[in-house]
Amino acid sequence: MITGSIAAVGAGLAAIGAGLGIGRIGGSAMEGIARQPEAASKIQTAMLIAAAFVEAVALFAVVVALM
Amino acid sequence: MNCSHVFKFSFKRSIVVFTLFSAFLLLSLGVKAQEGHAPEAAASHQQGAEKKKFEIGKFALHHISDSHSWHVIGETYIGLPVILYANGKVVTFNSSDFNHDDDAKVVVERNGERFVKFHEKIYFASDVANSHGQYINLDDKHHAQNKRPLDFSITKNVCTLLLSVVVLLVIFISVANGYKKRKGKSPKGLQSWLEPVILFVRDDIAKPNLGHKHERFMPYLLTVFFFIWFNNMLGLVPFLPGGANLTGNIAVTMVLAVITLLITIFNGNKHYWQHIFWMPNVPVPMKIFLAPLELIGVFTKPIALMIRLFANITAGHILVLSLICLIFVFDSIWVSAASIPFAIFIGAIELMVAFIQAFIFTILSALFIGMAVEEHH
Repeated sequence: MITGSIAAVGAGLAAIGAGLGIGRIGGSAMEGIARQPEAASKIQTAMLIAAAFVEAVALFAVVVALM
Repeated sequence: MNCSHVFKFSFKRSIVVFTLFSAFLLLSLGVKAQEGHAPEAAASHQQGAEKKKFEIGKFALHHISDSHSWHVIGETYIGLPVILYANGKVVTFNSSDFNHDDDAKVVVERNGERFVKFHEKIYFASDVANSHGQYINLDDKHHAQNKRPLDFSITKNVCTLLLSVVVLLVIFISVANGYKKRKGKSPKGLQSWLEPVILFVRDDIAKPNLGHKHERFMPYLLTVFFFIWFNNMLGLVPFLPGGANLTGNIAVTMVLAVITLLITIFNGNKHYWQHIFWMPNVPVPMKIFLAPLELIGVFTKPIALMIRLFANITAGHILVLSLICLIFVFDSIWVSAASIPFAIFIGAIELMVAFIQAFIFTILSALFIGMAVEEHH
């Protein structure tokens, strides 16, 4: 018998979504840097900002699950 | 190129790793089985004290929350000043008067008012103790029913805030004086350590987002960047000067986000407000439809800033604590062989997150301010 809060399942689902999102962002950034290594710093900055937006969604879910 | 030696080496290494891993698994299974086969021993071990199940969530949340006293080590605590506004009177005393009791069992009487501390909150004490010796009324979910005085205490988080303000002031005033003294010369000491970071904030955060107006907002961006970074790092230190989870406190991040919101609102030019209330170049029904959405957008941006910083830092702390707690959940020392290296690994990632979150907060603030001050083109 599994006991516990259903909120944890929600947090897990959000983590799956964020994982897919951050994976795509990281992969595309790598491709971009491989194509144009001289633009690496600009791509990294944009990647971090996009990753922060995606990650925030997962963390919102964690906060909701904690409450 | 002949790579066979590399292959051989990694093959040998993977055998060693596999053997170690299976040995570890067998050992921990053995320990578990032993525990299962010896209920009498376990029972005698628990004799006397009622052994409670280790509650990982409660433990982690207690460690990341604010506190009225500063835990040093073992049973040693530093009492912090308690400042209360109760029934028109200001009451002050040292928090060690509670004897570090957190279950409302010790009553402190000052100026004719009686106080108890329950789960790091201060309540007015009940007249008589309940069946557990607590001077507080609890409902069936163990929530306190007593009234609370207004609490202006210098708690652990406030102490850390003041400490970090002093440290940042000392560092940056000395650096600024260095620039005055050695005008036009190469930087020295602390100055040369901070100069690249300050230039990073100016060239990679402020200039791309604010353009030629960046100088006006540099003081705020530098302050917020170094404040968040320093406090993130301080929160990672588990012993005395650190230990408080300041940037993982939603009130602190809210104040930072509100300052960004106020700067955005007061510096917004007429094009910015026009794009919010009366979007140009769209049909009138669409203008009416967009105005409330854009207005909500003004407030959701700082709310997202607030929750992002709070949740990132809190989640990192909970992660490290949960990994350490696995040892107590499984009640076996062998778990530490896996959980301690993993906790150190997460701790190293947290060092990176401390910087990235300071960077993200600053760059998003710059982005939002930049949208408000952008010239029409």
